[in-house]
Amino acid sequence: MPKKLIIDGQEIEVEDGITLLQACEQAGAEIPRFCYHERLSIAGNCRMCLVEVEGSPKPVASCAMTVNDLPPNRDGSTKKVFTKSATVKKAREGVMEFLLINHPLDCPICDQGGECDLQDQAMAFGIGGSRYHENKRAVEDKYIGPLIKTMMTRCIHCTRCVRYMTEVAGVEELGLISRGEDAEITTYLEKGILSEMSANAVDLCPVGALTHRPWAHNARPWELRKTESIDVMDAVGCNIRVDTRGAEVMRILPRNNDAVNEEWISDKTRHVVDGLKTQRLDQPYIRKDGRLVPASWDEALAVVAEKLKSTAAERIGAIAGDLAGAEEMFALKELMGQLGVKNIDCRGANEAVNSAAGRASYVFNTTIERIEQADAILIAGSNPRIEAPVLNARIRRRWRQGLLKVGLIGTPAALTYDFTHIGDGMQSLVDLADGKHAFAKVLAEAKRPMVIVGAGAFARADGAVAMALAARVAEAARKGSDEGWAVFNVLHTAAARVAGLDLGFVPGEGGKATSAMLDAANSGALDLVWLLGADEIDMGSLGNAFVIYQGTHGDAGAHRADVILPGAAYTEKSATYVNTEGRAQVTARAVFPPGDAKEDWTIIRAVSGKIGRALGFDTLSELRAQMYRQVPALARLDHPHGGDGEAAALAKLASAGGMADATAFVSPVGDFYFTNPVARASAVMAELSALNKAAGSAGGLKAAE
Amino acid sequence: MAVRRLHPDQPPSFAFSPENLAWAKETIAKYPPGKEASAVLPVLWRAQEQNDGWLPEPAIRYVAEMLGMAYIRVYEVATFYTMFQLAPVGKKAHVQVCGTTPCMLRGAEDLIKVCKSKINHEPHHLSADGDFSWEEVECLGSCANAPMVQIFKDTYEDLTPELFEKLLEGFAKGNPPKPGSMIGRTASCPEGGLTSLTDPALFDGSGIGAWKKRFAETTGAAPDAKAPAASAPATPAAVPAAPVTKENLAAEAASGAVAAARGTAAGKRPKE
Repeated sequence: MPKKLIIDGQEIEVEDGITLLQACEQAGAEIPRFCYHERLSIAGNCRMCLVEVEGSPKPVASCAMTVNDLPPNRDGSTKKVFTKSATVKKAREGVMEFLLINHPLDCPICDQGGECDLQDQAMAFGIGGSRYHENKRAVEDKYIGPLIKTMMTRCIHCTRCVRYMTEVAGVEELGLISRGEDAEITTYLEKGILSEMSANAVDLCPVGALTHRPWAHNARPWELRKTESIDVMDAVGCNIRVDTRGAEVMRILPRNNDAVNEEWISDKTRHVVDGLKTQRLDQPYIRKDGRLVPASWDEALAVVAEKLKSTAAERIGAIAGDLAGAEEMFALKELMGQLGVKNIDCRGANEAVNSAAGRASYVFNTTIERIEQADAILIAGSNPRIEAPVLNARIRRRWRQGLLKVGLIGTPAALTYDFTHIGDGMQSLVDLADGKHAFAKVLAEAKRPMVIVGAGAFARADGAVAMALAARVAEAARKGSDEGWAVFNVLHTAAARVAGLDLGFVPGEGGKATSAMLDAANSGALDLVWLLGADEIDMGSLGNAFVIYQGTHGDAGAHRADVILPGAAYTEKSATYVNTEGRAQVTARAVFPPGDAKEDWTIIRAVSGKIGRALGFDTLSELRAQMYRQVPALARLDHPHGGDGEAAALAKLASAGGMADATAFVSPVGDFYFTNPVARASAVMAELSALNKAAGSAGGLKAAE
Repeated sequence: MAVRRLHPDQPPSFAFSPENLAWAKETIAKYPPGKEASAVLPVLWRAQEQNDGWLPEPAIRYVAEMLGMAYIRVYEVATFYTMFQLAPVGKKAHVQVCGTTPCMLRGAEDLIKVCKSKINHEPHHLSADGDFSWEEVECLGSCANAPMVQIFKDTYEDLTPELFEKLLEGFAKGNPPKPGSMIGRTASCPEGGLTSLTDPALFDGSGIGAWKKRFAETTGAAPDAKAPAASAPATPAAVPAAPVTKENLAAEAASGAVAAARGTAAGKRPKE
């Protein structure tokens, strides 16, 4: 039942069950707060959100009072709420004064300065001075993780960090010990937090008690230029904000997108920043006498053009890596098409994922947002906690609401929610498809079931069988599920994958897939391989092939390369990435690529000119126009695929057969902190990885030992 | 209250004795499945009792594992409630001196001085022999007998520094005095015997029903309240005196007849 309220003289109708604070916000009133946060449980301990309610003798903490809890007026008139009255002003000033009693006046040396809630609200709602002349409280700093710098004297005990770690990150390690004035935030015996999402707690801290250790005292918020962009560390496509100063990326922060990442990002997404500055390829190289020597663009392009012209099309291969944008994949595909090359692939080891069965066969159809409506989830061959931490947080959130059944096939891992372990590998999937396992009944009875297939199931030789079995399970679960509910979900691990499949960056008729290309290169049947940022393949199998590596970092591919064409990282170009849901999102250029490095599509365009087969675009917008004509899905920005044609895709997938292997499903993400060249170049990631290895499986981060 | 921290010297491990384990299981079973954490306070308390009155760090982990809670959650509970001792306490006595206003006004600060000189200068620290420790606590509810201390489960009241020292000696020798008032009063009765309600007739049962009889007589008689004495009961307290004087009132106050006598004498409640 909607409830009527008069807030600051304005009558509004609010929905049932919302808090008074939300109602006031809907009425356009600004309510200051420290402890309240939309995505966390309500604590009501900072008292900053006090408002005056008619009939209530004292000011009311609006965050902890729902509109239904307001007692009706005796005469039945509409309840009046005041947020700008003298009482409220005085109450806020009082709370502010108490909060500042023990808060140090060290704003000039505090990293939070300039983006501090306490600072802002003291300016807006506090009184000018202090009447406090006693000694201030001092609190020892705590060690609560490698990414979090603490200055606990600044803490105002809002407990946002405790609630975040417990509720969202699913790591019950932070707590508030002792009581009253002596209360302190700490972990149990100051053990570091081993969570893949710990740094979000720092964003939540309304004061400077928790700050980001890797960025400590690097920059002030007002001197940074902010660029809204997209993350490529995993296939979730988290929305990020890249803060830069001059030519340097200073930090990466989450950007709110309720449909994708809410306002969380993983530690890898956030702290990979230093990886963008180290090990960078900033000029072309050519291998001469076994050594890579610096070269000019003209020399490098001439070598590449000469090789492309002199090699037969069937002896050329192109492999796109995990971080490639849709634009460069499109350009490379066009170039290879001009040359008549059919050996192109973007899938690495995930060859079982195929665009042949339609888009619904390789995307996350249910969508991340609708995980919150699911009532049964089967996870096959995936550890979402390390493959897509933010998506995992969604599943946890759904699980916390209760009545969610989760089944896992694969290596059991600490997923931050309870699950039924169905089995280790293919046999369990067969049992489920045949309805032999009890969880098959759970899926059949569920109104909104989800089947999530991860790379652990399909990134293997018998991946097609796994996909077929999963499709059969999904088909069975689909029967009796709600109308319009999509069941089948593929959880990718690479940001480039879905765009590559959308573009058809897969072998043409008679063309070779990645493994076949590697075999051919090894046996001498392939003479030229173009690696578009592909570092995750086995470089040892490339045999004597001439390798053109186009990428950003001096990683595996660059070490094997014969010619290096330096490209731009995701913060340095405007590129389209399609996340695992099939949601196209575009990054923005925050800084320019280092040195002589160029945006990737321009490199491919330049090569095409050198070999006399110029591609038909000279600008990014021309390229995009062509790309959108071929793949309209890429033009629909920020729209998930959402399960169109799921039934047909499942039928097609399920028809596949083949030999199955009995080995267990193992997540391909062995080390969460080392999944791509940028992360491998980051010293912070290296430190985190080492800490996690030292902590062993206790941290629950490693999928399989 | 000071910042509460775990003691630097901790035992290597902790486990319930078989009896306590059985008791703990019974306690946990009182709560519905999935709500085992509700038993954290009684189980922690039993752990403290088993461990000579203080809660070691391994016990926090032991209880957390027993209840399926995160360590930090039990740690929060143990540091929040000041009745959980986080440092070893005296083997013979852990003295909790009440320092709240009534006790403070009646000399609790002198008791604390005794603690500082006899036990340890700092609260929560053991005496040299390890037999004693002390702390200041908030009100323990014996304000009428202030100042007081609590030692383990008993309270010792009406203390003076001298009596308190004697009390500590008693504990040191192993024959502590009987709990309660140290000056011999029962509960919070007046010191040195009763000062009011001293008439023995109050307690021999003779007053029962006396006022009723007199009431019947006085209302039957003339309103000038000159009650006839002929049928009056023999007990002296019940004899209605007329007219009502101050002296008479004082004498009759105890008998319970005063209300009736006064009411009729003043003519205020004629119909009752």
